[in-house]
Parts: sequence; C-alpha cells; structure tokens
Amino acid sequence: MLTPTLQARSLSKRFGDRVALRDVSFLLESGEILAVIGPNGAGKTTLLSLLAGAAKPTAGEVIAPPGERIGWVPQQTALYSKLSVLENLRLFARLERVADPDLAVAAMLEQTGLRERAGEQLGRLSGGNRQRVNIAIGLIAQPAVALLDEPSASLDPRQRERLWRFIAARAQAGTGIVFTTHDIAEAERYAARVLVLADGELLFSGSPADLRSHGSGDIESAFVSFLRERGH
Amino acid sequence: MAAVRFLLAKDLRILRRSPALSLLLILYPAALAVLIGLALSRGPGLPRVAFLNEIPPSQSVITLGTTRIDTTRYERQLFQAIDPVRVSSRAQAIADVRDGSTIAALIIPPDLPHLLASADQSAYVQVIYNGDAINQSLVETAIESKLAQANALLAVQLENVAGSYIDLLLSGGRLNFLGLAFNVLGLRDSATILNGVLSGLPRGSPLRAKLSPVAAFAKIAVDNLGSAKAVIGAVGAPIVVHQQTINGRRTPLDFYAVSIAVTVSLMFVCLLLASGTLALEREENTLERLRRGLVSPTALLGEKALLASVCAVFVGFAMLVGIGIFVPLDWGRVVLWLLALAGGALAFATLGVALGGIVRDVRAASLLALLVSFPLVFLALVPAGSVAVGLYDAIRVVSAVFPFKAALEAVDAAVNRSSPSLLAALGHLALLVLAFGTLARVGLRR
Repeated sequence: MLTPTLQARSLSKRFGDRVALRDVSFLLESGEILAVIGPNGAGKTTLLSLLAGAAKPTAGEVIAPPGERIGWVPQQTALYSKLSVLENLRLFARLERVADPDLAVAAMLEQTGLRERAGEQLGRLSGGNRQRVNIAIGLIAQPAVALLDEPSASLDPRQRERLWRFIAARAQAGTGIVFTTHDIAEAERYAARVLVLADGELLFSGSPADLRSHGSGDIESAFVSFLRERGH
Repeated sequence: MAAVRFLLAKDLRILRRSPALSLLLILYPAALAVLIGLALSRGPGLPRVAFLNEIPPSQSVITLGTTRIDTTRYERQLFQAIDPVRVSSRAQAIADVRDGSTIAALIIPPDLPHLLASADQSAYVQVIYNGDAINQSLVETAIESKLAQANALLAVQLENVAGSYIDLLLSGGRLNFLGLAFNVLGLRDSATILNGVLSGLPRGSPLRAKLSPVAAFAKIAVDNLGSAKAVIGAVGAPIVVHQQTINGRRTPLDFYAVSIAVTVSLMFVCLLLASGTLALEREENTLERLRRGLVSPTALLGEKALLASVCAVFVGFAMLVGIGIFVPLDWGRVVLWLLALAGGALAFATLGVALGGIVRDVRAASLLALLVSFPLVFLALVPAGSVAVGLYDAIRVVSAVFPFKAALEAVDAAVNRSSPSLLAALGHLALLVLAFGTLARVGLRR
C-alpha cells in the first residue's frame, strides 16, 4: 500500500499585491508520479519552490515525514559553471551529507549517462547535458520526494526518454515524484495523477484519463477546453 | 562547519579557474607596491626649465653697505626646485618652451643686482610658461616656493646690513664709503660727550639751555635705536611657525600614503570578492539550492566574508612586504599589521556580502562595489577645515558608518603607530561587521 510522503495544506503565496498561489492542498503518495500543469503564470514553479523549501508560504504548510529528504530540480539549472560535472555532483553530495558521496556520485554519473563527461566544466556542456546534471544533483541524496520543475524542457527526444526511464525507476523504488510541464501529452504519458493550476488556483486533481474526459480530442484539447470551462 | 569548508574549497577552485581575476588579484598589489615604493623612495622629478642668466659675471656680486651679496647663491637656490637647461638667449628660451623640450623658461634680467642694490624698486625674475595649466601650476609652485626661500635669505642679508648701520650709529666705528674710510662717533659717545659738556657749564649758561634738548634726544635715540634691530629682524620674518602636534603621534605624509594604498587594496579585493562570490550564487541559481537547509545564511555569508578576508589580508600583507623593500617599515609590528589587516578585511568583506546580497549578478555586484568604494575613499581623506563645518560633520558621520576610515586608522596605527589606537579602530570595525552582517542577512532573504 502506498504511504503519504508529502502533504501540501492550504498553501498560499503572495508577492506584494499579486497572489501567486491560493489555498492549494494535495497529498503525494510514496512512489506516485504527479504532474502539475497549467498555463504560464499559473503558479507551478511557485508551488514547487514552496514544496522544496526554497521559498516560504504566505499561508499554509508543507508536511513531510521527519528526516526524509526532498530533492529539488529547479527550472533553471542551478550549477557552478566553472566546476566540472564530477565536482558539482561531489559538492552537493557532501552538502546533502550523503553517507558515501563518491559512491553516490558514481551511481548518478552512470544513471544519467554522464560518466564520459565527468571531467568537463559545466559551462562547456550543452543545455541538455547541463539539465541532466541539474537533475542528477536534485536526486543525488536518494530523496523520498523529488520535485522536478520542467525537467524535460531542454532535452532532446532521446535524452527525454532516458530521463523518464530514470524517473520511473526512482518511483518504482518508492520515491514520490512531482513534476511540472507544459507538455500535456508528457503528463498523460508518465503521470499517474495530474494537478491543473491556473492563476494560482488548483482547478483539477485527478488522473489524465479524467482530464481527457473534458474534451473530445486529445488530452491537450481537453486541457484547453477544461480551462475555458473554468473561465481561464 | 563542514559545509563552510566545502564551499570554501569550491570558491577557491572557481577563483583558480578565473585566471584573469586571479592574475589581477596578484598583479594589482604587486604593481601598486612597487609604484608606491619607487615613488616614496625616489621622490618627485624636477621640472625641466630653460634658464637664462643675463647678469654679466662681473656684476653678479652686489655690495650693500659693508656686505657683499653673491646673487649666484640665489640661482643655486632656484636650481633645487627645477632641472635647469641653460640657454644663451631669450629667443632660445622661448623656442624651448614652445617646442615642449622645457615646460617653462626662467630668465634672470641683467638689472637684477642693480635693483637689489638700489632697494627703491622690487627686483624680479621672469618666467615664461607654455600655457599648459598643469605644467604652469607645477613650475609656479616649485619656483615660488624657492623664490620665497631666496627672499627670506636676502631679507636676512639686508637685515644684517641695516643692523650694522644701526650699530655704527649707536656705537660708532669706521665707515667705508666710495673707497674712503671715515670714523663715525656714534650716538652713545655723542651723548657721553654732551653730558660731559653740560655738567661743566654754569647753571645759568644759555648754552646749557640750547644743549639740554640735544642731550635728551641723544639719550632717547640710544634707548630706542637699540630695539630697532629687533624690529628689523621681526619684519624680515614677521611670522615663524612653532609646530606642536597634539592627539598622539601623526604620520608623515609618505608613510601615510603606504597606509592608504594598503587600505584601498584591502577594500577593493574584499568588496569585489565578497560581493562577487555571493552574487555568483544568485547568478548560477545555486543560492536557492543552498538555502534549502544545506547551508545556514550565517554560514554562507561567513564563508564568503572569510574567503574575501583571507585573500585581502594576503594581498595587503604582500603589499606591505613589497613596500617595505623600498621604505623602512617597523618589521617588529608584523603581528599588529596582520591584526589591522584582518580587522579591516572582515569589515570590508561584510560590507561586500551586504552588497552582494542585494544584486542578481556578478557584474552588478562589481559595479556596485566600485560605486560605493570610490566615494568612501574620497570622503575619508577630506581633511578637517577644508570644507564647511556642517559638511565636514556629515562627512565624518558617513565615514564612520562605512569601514574605509576605520580600516585606514587601524592600518596606519599598526604600521605607523599613529592615533587613534589600533584597539579603538578595531572596536569600530567590529561594530561595522555586526551592522553589515545583519544587513547582509536581510538582503539574502530577498
């Protein structure tokens, strides 16, 4: 049976007068893959920042089991471009207090297919490879929950496929996954559940099939129809 | 502490991989130290000035009374202020100034000895400039200061001549005039003779009535002319300076320049490194990763401040060692140097992280650091009395709330034993570290 690993309770976030997120609640089960979709400015990145602890909510709370790590892969790569792939991974493994940093780094290089490029400086890598390192750092501490903000945005189809294989393996091992995406088909393909955000409000929480039922065509058309129905 | 160690190692590695910045950090203090050392040990060069002396050699010595004055002595006095290029004519002097081979021309006119001897007109020298304001100012300052010294020497000579005449009038003696020698009686002897004559005259003698005012005048003249020499001396040098330094030992200007150079370097290295390394965390988007509990804000700010401080102390110390090759510094105070450098560096670095916390990228951090630091240096060096009292008070307040002045005082106290004391300056710096540390924490929350 799946167990809850992360709970968002009435999360709200204001930036001055602007409400970025309004009273969002949901529960993430262990091993569950949850997609957060919505138009630009819906509050997807804000939600993940709050869940990751990178920002503080104006109201509400994030509840995670004590002692459990939450891995975070921000939308923009958060890496040191003057350091090599290996040095970046090793630094964050140490900062995350991973028991055996070298072992964790070696495993992550293998899983992300970056072993050959371990010695290269980040600044010299392509956007896709930088994103792979970005994801590797977010997951290096074997977190109970992984939060990925548009993880496939700068990846080519082959890298994308590899990424989802990697994420699926993590989920099977019990890691709860939350990811944001603009690619609705990707959400349908890989997520067990979808959250639809618009203007900071949570409009929908259910399976991709439930979302698809809001339209007659593919899931993207259903998503647009759904938003229109709800006045967005 | 382990996180700080990891971040320190990471930042040092990044620094090492930024060769332009590292080279600048090494070359900047080295070049500055050598330049300051050379400037302080060799002194300024003399301006090249075309020199024409139109006084015929036979007339270079003038006679005032019994005193002979050699005008070439004053020529030598002027040569201490300039690098003279002797020319043979006015036309050549002007040509030299025009083509820039000399920055001015100094001409001693032929009638200078005559004018000096006649004492009824001011003697003069002529200076021709090339119209360049800076050069003109340089030569003007150099020549005028030496002319003032020459005038003072001449005034002493004239005072001696006048004094000898007064002595002759008072006490009598031999006077040489136009090759002839005269015996002068003198007022004292005249008074003695008159008093002798008066005492030998009968009480009712009409001659006594006529001579008595003359004897009284002689007495007044003797009494007052005696003090005339002192009056002439006072006119020759109406005001002399008696120096007294209060409020502890003051540093000579050239040694103060050492303290300024070291403090400025300390400031630049600290501000640029501390603000830059913190801004880099924002620029690379790693700040949010780190703030998620990997490193506490205090540890993160402390790490940046520590890195910048250690580098800046190294740079400052290297500068002092470099300058010490040229200028005699007290090596027995090395521990105090390091203490002052560390105090100043920590305060600058804390200001640096406060600046770095409010900007989003390294370029903005560097620009902000420069924008803040330049006015601080200028304000801290504004001397008391050079601006209005209210403005100076405002400058003092601004200088007190930023670390430059306090760091300069600490370095100067450590290197030159100046006042205020090193302890007072370090106390001031500690307060600034607390204040800017608090501001940096607030800035980091943005």
